[in-house]
Amino acid sequence: MNIIVCIKQVPETGNVKIDPETHTLIRSGVPSIINPMDTYAIEEALRWKEKLGASTTVLTMGPPQAHDALREAISMGIDQAIVLSDQKFAGSDTYVTAYTLALAVRKLAPYDLIFCGKQAIDGDTAQVGPGLAEHLGIAHIAYVKKIEEIDQERAVLRAQRLMEDGYEVVDIRLPALLTVVKEINEPRFPSLKGKMRARKCEIPVWRAEDLGGEEMMGFGLSASPTRVKAIFAPPGRGKGEIFNGEASVMAQELVERLRAQKVI
Amino acid sequence: MGIIIQKDLCTGCGACTSQCPIGAIKVVNNQALIDETCILCQACLSVCPTEAILLQEEKKLRPATEGVTESIYEGVWIFGEQRHGVISDVVYELLGEGRKLADKLGTHLWVIVLGSEMRSEAEKLLHYGADLVCLVDHPDLSHFHDDSYTGVLSYLIEKYKPEIVLSGATAIGRSFIPRVAVRVKTGLTADCTALDIDPDQRLLLQTRPAFGGNVMATITSPFHRPQMATVRHKVMKKAVYSDAPKGTIRLETVPENLLSSRTDVISLVKDLIEQVNLADADIIIAGGRGLGGPQNFQLLQDLAHTLGAAVAASRAAVDAGWIPYSHQVGQTGKTVCPKLYIACGISGAIQHLVGMQSSNTIVAINKDPEAPIFSVADYGLVGNLFEILPSLTKKFKEAL
Amino acid sequence: MYYFLTEEQTEIQSLARRIAKEKVLPIRAELDEKEEFPWQIMKSLAEADLFSIYLPEEYGGMDGGCFELCLAIEELSRICGGVAVCYAASALGSFPILLFGNGQQKQKYLPEIAQGKKLSAFALTEANAGSDAGGILTTARVVGNEYVLNGTKQWITNGGEAEIYTVIAMTDKAKGSRGASAFIVEKGTPGFEFGKKEKKMGIRSSATRELVFTDCRIPKENLLGREGTGFMIAMRTLDTSRPGIGAQAIGIAQGALDEALDYARERVQFERPISSFQVIQHMLADMATQVEAARALTYTAARFIDSGAKDVSKISAMAKVFASDVAMHVTTQAVQILGGYGYMRDYPVEKMMRDAKITQIYEGTNQIQRNVIALQLIKEKARGK
Repeated sequence: MNIIVCIKQVPETGNVKIDPETHTLIRSGVPSIINPMDTYAIEEALRWKEKLGASTTVLTMGPPQAHDALREAISMGIDQAIVLSDQKFAGSDTYVTAYTLALAVRKLAPYDLIFCGKQAIDGDTAQVGPGLAEHLGIAHIAYVKKIEEIDQERAVLRAQRLMEDGYEVVDIRLPALLTVVKEINEPRFPSLKGKMRARKCEIPVWRAEDLGGEEMMGFGLSASPTRVKAIFAPPGRGKGEIFNGEASVMAQELVERLRAQKVI
Repeated sequence: MGIIIQKDLCTGCGACTSQCPIGAIKVVNNQALIDETCILCQACLSVCPTEAILLQEEKKLRPATEGVTESIYEGVWIFGEQRHGVISDVVYELLGEGRKLADKLGTHLWVIVLGSEMRSEAEKLLHYGADLVCLVDHPDLSHFHDDSYTGVLSYLIEKYKPEIVLSGATAIGRSFIPRVAVRVKTGLTADCTALDIDPDQRLLLQTRPAFGGNVMATITSPFHRPQMATVRHKVMKKAVYSDAPKGTIRLETVPENLLSSRTDVISLVKDLIEQVNLADADIIIAGGRGLGGPQNFQLLQDLAHTLGAAVAASRAAVDAGWIPYSHQVGQTGKTVCPKLYIACGISGAIQHLVGMQSSNTIVAINKDPEAPIFSVADYGLVGNLFEILPSLTKKFKEAL
Repeated sequence: MYYFLTEEQTEIQSLARRIAKEKVLPIRAELDEKEEFPWQIMKSLAEADLFSIYLPEEYGGMDGGCFELCLAIEELSRICGGVAVCYAASALGSFPILLFGNGQQKQKYLPEIAQGKKLSAFALTEANAGSDAGGILTTARVVGNEYVLNGTKQWITNGGEAEIYTVIAMTDKAKGSRGASAFIVEKGTPGFEFGKKEKKMGIRSSATRELVFTDCRIPKENLLGREGTGFMIAMRTLDTSRPGIGAQAIGIAQGALDEALDYARERVQFERPISSFQVIQHMLADMATQVEAARALTYTAARFIDSGAKDVSKISAMAKVFASDVAMHVTTQAVQILGGYGYMRDYPVEKMMRDAKITQIYEGTNQIQRNVIALQLIKEKARGK
């Protein structure tokens, strides 16, 4: 069985702060990390590798630093890693990212299962997973909180899909793509032996010309249907009213304000 | 294609270096230089005080499809999501927004409903401003499947060529709308917080937060149609009810092969654990690290009970095991937008703010006057929450 | 301070630090309160290959030594001395097998220890034989193809949780210091039971129990080395593990120092952070200097042992006695700096002070360590060194 995991290396937005005066980003050496949701995808792939003896590949599209994320995945136990890196890919929106990944996945065929994290913490659109499935022409289930079983003979997978009011149990034909949510597992730590293997591991870099394709959709910003027109600081809420002093007095004042504003 | 810095305008002030989320800009000899790791996110453009930074586009821009121009696309569409035969609340909010957009464009507003026995729900939609409800009524569509819904909606889009398609950013919407966008080869923007029209080019201006909510981005699909966007529940205002609906219902049939799917729904399991309906709550009381322990959530429960509110928590409280994850608000939890959000003992880290900063009214209670939460609060109470909360509960009880 | 770690040593250190921070930190107070054995954390350490770092590659290890073990123990101790000792004591329990086992014994037991599948424990101490280890009363008689063990061991760390025990018992009382032997005993062997779990001042997540042997029969093959080498095996084992205790002490001290420093910078009194008062500054300076000195001494001892040197007792004892005294002093000072808050169980430093105390007592009390050092000094002088 062949499992592919698509991951993204992202800036750790947790450390990015806004300067309250200028409303601009204060970036204090923001490190790059594996998109947290993708670690659940990696872990799920590893669990099924252990259960069914599958071989696993991790794939990412990004700048050369993306190697770090891939090595982390290998040190967790993934068998091989590939990075898609080319200046031509810069500025890709979700449509083109999904397309580029699809070309790479097709090169890795045959495959049975593709795992993606639900969404990335920088773009957080959650669009690449389903988009990738569509480019590949395979079915997908989004927001999987548990895989109940995989029947390799019948090539059917049964999963629980998270909905607003609960979850649905869904059967899907393989090959398929799943996007997974936090509830699905608890990612393992990398192991020391894994780290040794990761250090020695060769990670091929595939460039635009390696992906080839008769499809001349193109890559990067120029091929992206969506464009950024403007970036601006979020509107400030304006200064609020601060109360100090005795608890019951403050409470009284707040209640009166809220009543006056018809909030309650 | 790339981002260039005009040397004669650049003063080397370095404002752009701190704005760049991946550190691709450095100031050398009083000139800012962008290296090859640039991801073209364009965050630096707006912050340059001398407007020295430009996006240089290739002159050759690709049109949507061969021989097709944007002008033949017309109309604003809303995907009328239904669950168990009932149209979802978010659709009514999209109708409110969609009406504004359609009016600005001088075009029609349609709702596309896929389901079974949806006639009466479709009629309800006419009371909320829809010019037409395009209804595909078939037993195979009663339940959501990515394949069939993608196939049917894409077919209708190709047939009628709307210029804008909006959908709720719900579990269903976020699953299949990206597939539709790829199938009809167009752009999609997720989780928009604001929509507007640029009338000259009939462009949909799609605004959404980026980088965890640290900046806002306005996105367009200049050359692809339809322009697609999803919007979260409770972000837009619901449409106004009208006694005299003017629209019509059109029954559509689609080719049989579009109704099959590669998935089977075996069963539906409703949330057995306590229904935490943060999404619908008008008032939310949230607790953070400052509460000190799980037993103190009782204080929040008391206040919540008085106000008919839901109880939420910051990640710190959830990670400490004081309250289940289903209550978590923030970047890795739920996004909420209630009328009133009361944050107790929450410091206000950006990851939490991202999940609640669009609430109408924010009240913060914290003993630290420097806590970041106060920068977004409309009312801030500086003091001991263990004294303030019971006081508040008492005062609210008296007032209500 | 940079200690010239190799890339692999840095990996061990950062992985142990990560596990400590992500897995141990959130639950350390609860583990201490409930006196629960941290099985979940042992599992995480096993999956990360941390149990294998000091074992030879042929048994699934990573060919590291005492020094690598110290790095991991120090990182865990920084967050929780109790969790760290569960890990360290398992290494201790395996040393007799590692150092004196024959091929079959190593092949049988070490792989599972390397994988973290089974924990081990070392059993020497008895009610009447602490510092005076020669006074042990547990016996091992030869009966046919077996040894039969009788007696009770006291205060055994990992007792009841470990599967593999290395036990020192008397095989020939008449031979005095040459009359003891070392054995491997597995949990579940009939006649091998455990006493109640002891209630301790500190390291409360660690399990400490009596081992009770009542006509416990073990195969002859479970004898380590030759009969009569029991005390020598015990001494060599403790020599090798002592830097690990030093590392535990340094870790606890460092954790306390970190807390004290954070607190001193935040706590405002008389309109200034208390870190601006010279008295606090001097306390912190002394604490930091002592921790660094203890670290340098312990690392030296560990590296010396790993170099294959023979005469390791003195430096090993020095590392243990110095580091543990430093830990006791630094943690007490940390409580003092936190003042009233330091005394409250809601804050972590009182636990660190309670945890530190044991490092001055077990694996040879600090008084015995001083004896060892002094005797060694005198011997060396006599030899004309």
